[in-house]
Amino acid sequence: MANVSTAKPKLEAEKLATAQPQITRMSVLAPALGWLIPGAGHLIQRRWIRGLLLMASIVTMFLLGLAMQGRVYRPNGGDILDILGFVGDIGAGGLYIVTRAMDWGQGAIAHATADFGTKYIIVAGLLNFIAVADAYHIAIGKKP
Amino acid sequence: MTLELTHFTAALLFAVFASVVFGITQRNAARDQVRYGLYCFVMFLGGVFIAGWVMWLVRR
Repeated sequence: MANVSTAKPKLEAEKLATAQPQITRMSVLAPALGWLIPGAGHLIQRRWIRGLLLMASIVTMFLLGLAMQGRVYRPNGGDILDILGFVGDIGAGGLYIVTRAMDWGQGAIAHATADFGTKYIIVAGLLNFIAVADAYHIAIGKKP
Repeated sequence: MTLELTHFTAALLFAVFASVVFGITQRNAARDQVRYGLYCFVMFLGGVFIAGWVMWLVRR
């Protein structure tokens, strides 16, 4: 008898795990918007608190990195660390585009904190990649 | 204008922001998100202190 009560939730969990993701307009729009504006992928799906917290964390981290004279990587095919730096930076989406357009993020070697700033900018981008994946999981119904 | 943070303050702020994102994205229920975020924060900060003491011992 005990098996009957536990079998149903187990079956539902298995169904969720094996279910094919449903491609909807939201499953494309939410990650794209979330990449362009950190947290917006959650906000558009009415996850207000999560979206605002993600936005505040990622945008603040990126701006602190810039304020610390961190370096913003440009597209490059040189050193592997420079390439990875660019991949991290590009995760910040709109923030990266605006920064490049304004020619900020040149990086000042004279300041000891500039290296922290460079890492802040990269990690802000990487965290936004995680937020984008989360927005996608919400959109396809894999996460509440 | 250049913001000059100490190494510890920079690590502390890093831990706060990363923990918020990890908490929200890695757990489903609100309560679990808060708990996991706090867990990550403690782990980040603990790592900073342990790494600090290890470097102090290595330097000696």
